[in-house]
Amino acid sequence: MSFITKSPWIVHYDGSSCNGCDIEVLACLTPMYDVERFGIINTGNPKHADIFLITGYVNTQNVDVIKNIYRKMPDPKVVVAIGICASTGNFFRECYNALGGVDTIIPVDVYVPGCAARPEAIIDGVVKALGILDQKKNKTYVAPVKPEGVII
Amino acid sequence: MPKRTIIPFGPQHPVLPEPIHLDIAIRDEKVVEAIPSLGFIHRGLELLVDKKDFNDMCFVAERICGICSFIHGQGYCQGIEEIMNVQVPDRAKYLRTIWAELSRIHSHILWLGLAADAAGFESLFMHSWRVREKVLDIFEETTGGRVIFGVNKVGGVKRDIENDVLKRIVGTLKDMEAEFKPLANVFIDDYSIKHRFSNVGMLSKEDAYKLGAVGPVLRGSGVSIDARKLGYAAYKELNFEPIVENSCDCYARTIVRVREVYQSVDLIKQAVDKIPDGPIDQKVTGSPNGEFFSRLEQPRGEVVYYMRGNGTKNLDRYRVRTPTFSNIAPLVKMLEGCELADVPVIILTIDPCISCTER
Repeated sequence: MSFITKSPWIVHYDGSSCNGCDIEVLACLTPMYDVERFGIINTGNPKHADIFLITGYVNTQNVDVIKNIYRKMPDPKVVVAIGICASTGNFFRECYNALGGVDTIIPVDVYVPGCAARPEAIIDGVVKALGILDQKKNKTYVAPVKPEGVII
Repeated sequence: MPKRTIIPFGPQHPVLPEPIHLDIAIRDEKVVEAIPSLGFIHRGLELLVDKKDFNDMCFVAERICGICSFIHGQGYCQGIEEIMNVQVPDRAKYLRTIWAELSRIHSHILWLGLAADAAGFESLFMHSWRVREKVLDIFEETTGGRVIFGVNKVGGVKRDIENDVLKRIVGTLKDMEAEFKPLANVFIDDYSIKHRFSNVGMLSKEDAYKLGAVGPVLRGSGVSIDARKLGYAAYKELNFEPIVENSCDCYARTIVRVREVYQSVDLIKQAVDKIPDGPIDQKVTGSPNGEFFSRLEQPRGEVVYYMRGNGTKNLDRYRVRTPTFSNIAPLVKMLEGCELADVPVIILTIDPCISCTER
């Protein structure tokens, strides 16, 4: 954990998830899991945030909201897709208004699997995001290439 | 007359875990009108009946909402069982009741935490969620999941809880109740909570009934309606009365939820005492043919499912009327004439579950 040199703040947005992952994200902030020990605070303002936690897949209604929040965050920034819906769309990708996972509209750095994602997995994802944030600051980050046509 | 100003509220807002957008028209600091716009998490789940067969739809129904997921699955299964004339074993009915009541406890404590957070009482939020983790541990032990369980199926339940585990659960709930009591007393007696919640967001008894409020919003306005009294699952064999408060404000709705936590603990104790031994599921053959309205009481109020089968694997129509959807009209009524600073608190007291509303 010695690589943490700053207190990253997170902004959380519910794309179109079922709430399950959202309450797990909130559970991470509360005494049982307590990510505040890493200096992580949930802020409502994207302009204060370093890490963007997003749950749920993208639909035609919320695509502008997600892009807007992403644009308002200052660089360097990391996007963490929480849960299987945000990663790939889950079975909701068969719904008539679904565009797919979050990576269809903004670049995603960390994928956290699970339905609903467990708090341990979310914390692990956020800690990985901290490493990426550091690399982005030093401009040493190389984005992994996503294999074409692979559905996890 | 001061000028009319429109303040946008949401979709991304610190007090809301989920996106809802309200255009709040104010003159000075008084709200004159609130115009909700929905659809940010609309998924079109009801249309998935074309693609999933009626057994798989149970898992889709659970994912309507992560907070009341179990009761959604239960409502779907009860409806299909009714259409297909499946006799569900008594033990499965009792297990469903126990899980549903545990869901209610976890949802209400979650809401109490969020309400404390909206009122600016951060430590109360943290402590409420600490107590709630005990209930989630029970879920994890008995079903394997923390928020989405997948234990319901058409014809019964998938997992049994052994009798000694059930006894242990009652013991854990007693501990939880003891820890919850000091927190509940803060909600009931604390000066700042009372100051923030009392006489805010008034909804008269007549308005609540006419506008179709459900659940704690309706019961906080003095109307004694609780869908559990219909006697589905094991409720007809359990002894309870709907909890009603008469002060019609945000404080009343909070107290209803605090008292319902105690009531749910009591219901689980009764259910564990009465649970019969036996099988937990019934084999189901064939496909549903017919239609049924299924009504249940969720933590947020009454939910109505309509389903129609045509004798094939896929249902013809599946419709869910969720409690938050019914509570939006009363919410707009409550917001009229309140102070702008009270808007977050009032929105929170209907316990908005937007995923449910938009499906």
